[in-house]
Amino acid sequence: MISHADLGWQSLSPDIDSLVRLFRDAGIPTEVHNTLQGRAKLVTIDPGFWGKAAAVAAANRIRWCAVWGEHCPPQIHIFAALAGRDGHLLLETMVADRQAELPSQTPFFPAANRPERYLQDMFGVRFFDHPDKRRWIRHQAWQEGQYPLLKTFSLAGSPEDMTPPDCLYPFVPVEGEGVYEIPVGPVHAGIIEPGHFRFQAMGEDILSLEEHLGYVHKGIEKCAEGRDVRGLARLAGRVSGDSTVAHTWAACQACEAAVGITLPRRALAIRAILAERERIANHLGDIGACCNDVGFTFAQAQCSRLRELWQRQNSDVFGHRLLMDVVVPGGVSRDLDARQIEVLNKAIEQLRHELQDLLPLLYEYPSLQDRLRATGVLSLKKARSLGVLGFLARASGECWDLRRDAPYGPYDDMVITVPHTLEGDASGRLRIRGDEILVSLDLLEEMLKKLPSGEVRVEFPVVSGDCRGIGLVEGWRGEILAYVHLDAAGAVSRYFPRDPSWLNWPALEAMIEGVIVPDFPLCNKSVNGSYSGHDL
Amino acid sequence: MFDVLVKIFKTGCLTEKVPPPDQTVMELGSACQKEIARIFGKSLAIRMVDAGSCNGCELEMHALNNGFYDIERFGIHFVASPRHADLLLVTGPVARHMQAALKGTYDATPNPKLVIAMGDCGADGGEFGVSYASCGAVANVIPVDAVIRGCPPTPLQLMQGILELLRGR
Ligand code: SF4
Repeated sequence: MISHADLGWQSLSPDIDSLVRLFRDAGIPTEVHNTLQGRAKLVTIDPGFWGKAAAVAAANRIRWCAVWGEHCPPQIHIFAALAGRDGHLLLETMVADRQAELPSQTPFFPAANRPERYLQDMFGVRFFDHPDKRRWIRHQAWQEGQYPLLKTFSLAGSPEDMTPPDCLYPFVPVEGEGVYEIPVGPVHAGIIEPGHFRFQAMGEDILSLEEHLGYVHKGIEKCAEGRDVRGLARLAGRVSGDSTVAHTWAACQACEAAVGITLPRRALAIRAILAERERIANHLGDIGACCNDVGFTFAQAQCSRLRELWQRQNSDVFGHRLLMDVVVPGGVSRDLDARQIEVLNKAIEQLRHELQDLLPLLYEYPSLQDRLRATGVLSLKKARSLGVLGFLARASGECWDLRRDAPYGPYDDMVITVPHTLEGDASGRLRIRGDEILVSLDLLEEMLKKLPSGEVRVEFPVVSGDCRGIGLVEGWRGEILAYVHLDAAGAVSRYFPRDPSWLNWPALEAMIEGVIVPDFPLCNKSVNGSYSGHDL
Repeated sequence: MFDVLVKIFKTGCLTEKVPPPDQTVMELGSACQKEIARIFGKSLAIRMVDAGSCNGCELEMHALNNGFYDIERFGIHFVASPRHADLLLVTGPVARHMQAALKGTYDATPNPKLVIAMGDCGADGGEFGVSYASCGAVANVIPVDAVIRGCPPTPLQLMQGILELLRGR
């Protein structure tokens, strides 16, 4: 295995204070603000420098994380999140809502492509030098020229009784003799979420894949407006059901930062216990499913068995098989007693024991590895340029992990091992996920052993004035970012959750060139982007 | 290969081993099987449609296929095409962007057909309700024969819900 130091990418990126200096050196006036709380530094810049700031950041190996907007009439505030060696920097700029125009960051960070088009569809922001002017999230449920996230647009909107299908999305055509097109979705063959994949193929080989997402856009951000923090936490837990703990944690972290409360260490430890359990459950399920996609049903039977046992324990100990609504603003809704800790420890020991049989077998089994190795390769270079996250990035040698790199309680006093490899193929991804389960089991054991005493929840205070916060949590798919703005009455005026899938979906397109059509399900599963988390 | 066999041998047959919960699974499953025999002949083919779910419901649907529930042994299986289906199991508030696809899937399913709206979202829109982007309940878009509430419903609640629907036929 290659050590973290060998890869060296992060250590080469500047810390965020230096980044701010680099902006100033490049002639970009910046103003540092403290109007937003959380583990990120906020600077405002003039809209004219939006593109230039991205150029400076890209030249200095900064990772691009997200862009989002907030309508504060008569302005739209635009935020971009950048990650440096020691944490996150938020850029903020304002444009007039009547003439919202901004330079694009996509020329410097390809990852910004779809998020900027999302802003275009939802706020009417025009990124004038954006290389791709097509709509992204808007299908036919609202008209061109209507922007759902403007405050003037009502939650109810003015939809027709029957929303027509989105048949005319302008896919990029591939021409040539023998090239044919395969449309797949939105309703897929298996038990999965809906989306559309357009393949251009020649014989068995895929020449290109284009994703068309947005089918499960259900207005989560608009739905959040006006809720209290408890209602927000429930909604956040349903942004992507498989990441309910991580999304709720990120949203609560943002709210808690905004109002400035500190949580008892016991509450943080239990949140992390929940998050690691969620990571394990998903990795187990997906390892089985990947093997199943190449016909190795043995692994599926074993992994789904282990996952079920894990989920049953979730229900016994925390009251919900997927752990929904256990994380609440101010802490968690469940405490652990000595007997429960013992039960949890026993299950950890058992699972580790089972995996000692199972994982080496899967990592080496010839007929399985024959299908996984060299399939769906995402190179380190590609992973970097797309800014991919989580296990997907770590399987390509790009090993960011917020638990280690921008730690939050309780991870801030733990040593976090981050498995990574340079292989970048389906086999590498499977192995990283297996190894991550083992790491999580160790973390669980450590946290249960050192579980601090005290409360598991503090009262969420009455909000005394308009406030904003940012939450950053490493979910099982990767970095989750949540932005929350509470008004003076304590109601949500803006919630933006950035699921890692935003950055990981484009990687599927990138890794699929030259792959044969029958291997697509495997590649897709080995990435397992969230449709719901992306479509919002 | 040897390792695989050893692991299979060590794991044993789950469907017989697990005590109390599996008893319920057996009872529910056998009851379903009886009703399926009465109404459909030998099997019940389900096509799932995610019309806007958060993916939580899908995870529990998957669980129905694991060794503990293994609903195929009761003649219930998930099929790839609505054209092969007796029952549509629909999740999510219906996203407006999925409205036409859901309608199309419903139309493609041969008569007689049954529709179950799964989860609180399918029942009434759940946390997402009705909005510019969501039609809310599945029943707002296609005729629904039964609703299985829960967020998400557990595999046992799903089996129970399917059984109740069949019993009422
Ligand atoms: S009912 Fe719950 S689990 Fe199912 S789709 Fe709705 S929010 Fe997700």
